[in-house]
Amino acid sequence: MTSFKHALKRQNDLFIPFITAGDPSEEATIGLAKVLQDEGADILELGIPYSDPLADGPVIQEGSARALAGGMTLTKAMKLVSKMRASGVEIPVVIFTYYNPVLQLGEERFFALARENQVDGVLVPDLPFEESHDFKKACRANDLALISLVAPTSKKRVELVAKEADGFLYCVSSLGVTGERASFSEEIGQFLTDAKTHSSVPVAVGFGVSTKEQATAFLELCDGVVIGSAIVRKIGELQSLFENSETLSEGLEEFRRFITSIVPVKSNV
Amino acid sequence: MGLNMNYPDERGRFENFGGKFVPETLMQPLYEVEQALKEALGDEQFVNELTRELQEYSGRPTPLTFAKNTTETLDGAQIYLKREDLNHTGAHKLNNALGQALLAVRMGKKKVIAETGAGQHGVATATVAAKFGLECKVFMGRKDIERQKLNVFRMELLGAEVIPVDSGDQTLKDATNEAIRYWVQHCEDHFYIIGSVVGPHPYPKMVRDFQRIIGDETKTQIQTQIGQLPEHIVACVGGGSNAIGMFYPFLEDNVALYGVEASGKGVDTEEHAATLAKGRPGVIHGSMTYLLQDEHGQITEPYSISAGLDYPGIGPEHAYLKDSGRVRYESITDDEAIAALIFLSKQEGIIPAIESAHALAYAFKLAPTLASNETLVVCLSGRGDKDVQSVKQYLEEKGEQA
Repeated sequence: MTSFKHALKRQNDLFIPFITAGDPSEEATIGLAKVLQDEGADILELGIPYSDPLADGPVIQEGSARALAGGMTLTKAMKLVSKMRASGVEIPVVIFTYYNPVLQLGEERFFALARENQVDGVLVPDLPFEESHDFKKACRANDLALISLVAPTSKKRVELVAKEADGFLYCVSSLGVTGERASFSEEIGQFLTDAKTHSSVPVAVGFGVSTKEQATAFLELCDGVVIGSAIVRKIGELQSLFENSETLSEGLEEFRRFITSIVPVKSNV
Repeated sequence: MGLNMNYPDERGRFENFGGKFVPETLMQPLYEVEQALKEALGDEQFVNELTRELQEYSGRPTPLTFAKNTTETLDGAQIYLKREDLNHTGAHKLNNALGQALLAVRMGKKKVIAETGAGQHGVATATVAAKFGLECKVFMGRKDIERQKLNVFRMELLGAEVIPVDSGDQTLKDATNEAIRYWVQHCEDHFYIIGSVVGPHPYPKMVRDFQRIIGDETKTQIQTQIGQLPEHIVACVGGGSNAIGMFYPFLEDNVALYGVEASGKGVDTEEHAATLAKGRPGVIHGSMTYLLQDEHGQITEPYSISAGLDYPGIGPEHAYLKDSGRVRYESITDDEAIAALIFLSKQEGIIPAIESAHALAYAFKLAPTLASNETLVVCLSGRGDKDVQSVKQYLEEKGEQA
């Protein structure tokens, strides 16, 4: 579990891609994670497919539907992390899950699985600061970073949330659900500056970031950038290649070319 | 267990139920609604204006009707009907929509959104939007749009935009997801008018506060009409707004309260919407409550002939009232509800909504077991005009006649 803390010592230029566990198969997910690590990912956000994803836009919902169709669950996804480790994935893995699957699994079982399978962090988009006190305590006791989110509407809450942040602080770029955006409001610079002022952990931005240009520009303003929908969209396009073991490697090469085209230019400070 | 009348607490909890399980983006907007509601309810001018609209526009108080023929036929308790079907737009939904729309206006919001299942809340929201000059979008599952064509047309006639939802099972749950997602994107200038006692705090409390007029009026009316409180009160429960509105003023009285869920084709089948009977605590639409779900925590699709009752969750206050034992929750199948609908139509000349027919069906089972000096009040939450096509189709499929 030390890998997360080790990675975060760099504190900046973090490239944090998001993929959904089991989209479209376990084998593909392991391959995708390796490609992402090879191409410079610093942390992997691994989405747990959910029937009612309130914080997600259509692209990630479709990814979830593909994974659910294959029978993916929270338990299987955490076990998948061990399989990734066995095939060489060393970067920290953060589970992105809605709260209900964690509740139904039971917190005790959830933490046991997280430990057994070398999960480094968890992000629960529908568990805001006020509802997360007990869960956060349990995460800390289990050496699991609970990633906190702040949004442009958070206003005075930024300080409150940022002070308690573990792992990295996730800044939601703009109002709305996940999904690619063409442009961002001018106020985002101030928002990220505020977040950085109050945060003792790296500050990353996500929701809508989809191109190399956007990602590189954001790395000037904060410490990391999350790219989700653009990647999940590409996975959807390559679905038929991933589903066939004979064409899987061809799909992964295609995916690698795509990742190279969006990975942000790091300053290497 | 003692009953706590001060719930929800500051965190919006009814014991373990309720709360605010939403994306961070909505937290500040929810605090703003909470603050505005508190100020509004303490402002005499707001309360007077709402009271005036309820009387002059909506036609309140709605009558409490003695169901004479039904009482004589069933030969048991004296049956009274609280006539929310006579509220403007044909259901209890307008009580809440008027309250929330006035709050939206007070907060300076010019645009409202809503979700709807059977269409009654959508119609109520479209109505108040027209009245107060608000731009209105109503999210509705594609399947419900098919089931409730008349209400879709009513909403459009009132100037609202009905947005079809194609995700999931294309019913109320999915319409609510879409409405919340839209609100996350537009929360700065939109007010979200939720139609039941569900969703994140302060909605369950707010909707209850706007619906308790049903129970308050009933209490006054029954005392005037029979000189005492009733022994039994029955109301249907989907999300549970008419039921909580009816129950809340009676919670501390010696009155037996029954909430009736839809068990569709039966609680022993996969096709039901009996959340309290078959669900487990979980999180849906921003709130901790009983929830229909699979072992992995994926929310499952409920079923009922009533588009207003096929919701996989339930208001968190009902979850609390179930666990505390204060309210008894029962369930009624499609077949039983339709039989009750036909029975009431022929006995009393009142065609109830299919939702309300669930409460009636249970009341009609209960009444004959009670003494003739006992009184039973049923909340007739809405009228059945919107449902006549569904009933006709149901009977045709069964090869039966009305």
